[in-house]
Amino acid sequence: MSEQDQQFVLFISSERCQGHSRCCSLAPELVASDDYGYAQVIGDGIVPADLLSKAKLAVANCPEFAIRLNRA
Amino acid sequence: MNDSKPVHDWSIDFDHLDPQWTSNPYAIWDALRPTCPVATSQRFEDGAYLPLSYNDIYAIAYDTEHFSSRRIIVREQKVPIVGVPPITSDPPEHTPARRILLPPFAPREVQKLEPLTRDVCVSLLEAVGDRNEFDAAVEYAQSVPVHIMCQIMGLDVADAETFRDWIYRTNVEGVRNTQANIIVRHEMNEYFLEQINQRRAHPGADLISYLLTVEIEGQPLTERHILGTLVLLIIAGIDTTWSSIGASIWHLATHPDDLRRLVAEPELLPTAVEEFLRAYAPVTMAREVVKETTLSGCPFKEGGQVLLSYPAANRDPAKFPDAEKVLIDRAHNPHAAFGLGRHRCLGSNLARMEMIVALEEWLKRYPSFQLQEGAVVTWSEGTVRGPRTVPVKVYRQQTC
Ligand code: HEM
Repeated sequence: MSEQDQQFVLFISSERCQGHSRCCSLAPELVASDDYGYAQVIGDGIVPADLLSKAKLAVANCPEFAIRLNRA
Repeated sequence: MNDSKPVHDWSIDFDHLDPQWTSNPYAIWDALRPTCPVATSQRFEDGAYLPLSYNDIYAIAYDTEHFSSRRIIVREQKVPIVGVPPITSDPPEHTPARRILLPPFAPREVQKLEPLTRDVCVSLLEAVGDRNEFDAAVEYAQSVPVHIMCQIMGLDVADAETFRDWIYRTNVEGVRNTQANIIVRHEMNEYFLEQINQRRAHPGADLISYLLTVEIEGQPLTERHILGTLVLLIIAGIDTTWSSIGASIWHLATHPDDLRRLVAEPELLPTAVEEFLRAYAPVTMAREVVKETTLSGCPFKEGGQVLLSYPAANRDPAKFPDAEKVLIDRAHNPHAAFGLGRHRCLGSNLARMEMIVALEEWLKRYPSFQLQEGAVVTWSEGTVRGPRTVPVKVYRQQTC
């Protein structure tokens, strides 16, 4: 299956997240910070195809390895 | 000033206050990395360690069993431990001491300070008037964070000079002079005690008033805890951001291609800011070894002081391709300028907002500028490294 046909889900480990907010700035459609500044996935985390590159940026820039993109 | 003997062998006798380090630490780290993953030094009480790889620095930040935050500055003499929570706290105390501070510094709250930050930047630039030569570090970068911290804490901007003096004496003089440390801490306590008493009588909407109302496990914070946190915030919130804004302007003043590109593509600014943070990360922390351990084959002895150089982690080519190059469009940049793990800088959202706004307003007014010819740029030494002078020459836009 090609990447276009694959569905991806964004997952944030609340254990690892330290609130750098990098993902929230890079993919504001997919992640938002809570009242304490920790990142939370918006909705069910399923990444629409047009936001896949933003989701990948969010993953690549997390200094704590707290965010992952899993195949649905 | 540093009157110690110059360093000849950085692998076994490092000194981060040596003028070579202050002017160009990158060359020192790059030279050490291939043969020496952890440099050592006996210049500091009980010995000091300098890990150079991103992986070791990451591991230490996470390993609170062997590495304590109770000493966060490598000093010649270990001064008596006086806590400034949460930065000097280890778990389990660290968790609640940090948690109470998270909401006021979360992105949502920081966003509210953006209009004020913009006003501050604009009026500082207006104060430059029609001079074409001035110092961007002194007249601009330095003043932005002071105004914002005063607003958050409810302090008087007129005291800015006092804060700068405390910071210098703590972060620079205090590294070699124990007595200076004790005196400055005493002065800060007295100042903040008075602020606390004023808020007890007349609570306001500022952070000091907030700290008087929050509780940890059903108990109000002790006066000692509040004082420690206030001292930490005033020390951590000013020079750091000043250094980052200053280093960014210095970079653009010396790299005309990057300047032109940012002016043409303003949407690139947030990415460029992350790269300036990576490449010129201003903050170097420390840990104390509380249990003997080994990293990269090097023993870390109990009591030793660890120089935790997030700036060196950011320059590790094993983690960042072309680590020595400043690439303002670097897309993959999980840098450690704000630390790693549980002590992630509480002010990181604030510092980023200040940097972005300060650079946006600067570039709007001065899309064309450079370092003055023959200008000497001096960088501060020690815990916080940034350019303390950035003499620029600006070119006015033609208006018809
Ligand atoms: C560009 C500017 C800044 C940089 C590079 C920076 C860097 C850092 C770093 C590296 C740490 C981690 C310390 C450790 O691992 O031991 C830290 C912690 C901290 N910073 Fe910043 N900082 C900046 C701005 C600020 C500002 C504006 C504030 C204040 C509002 C602030 C407040 C703090 C506090 C309170 C901590 C301790 C957090 C904890 O221990 O849980 N910093 N900072």
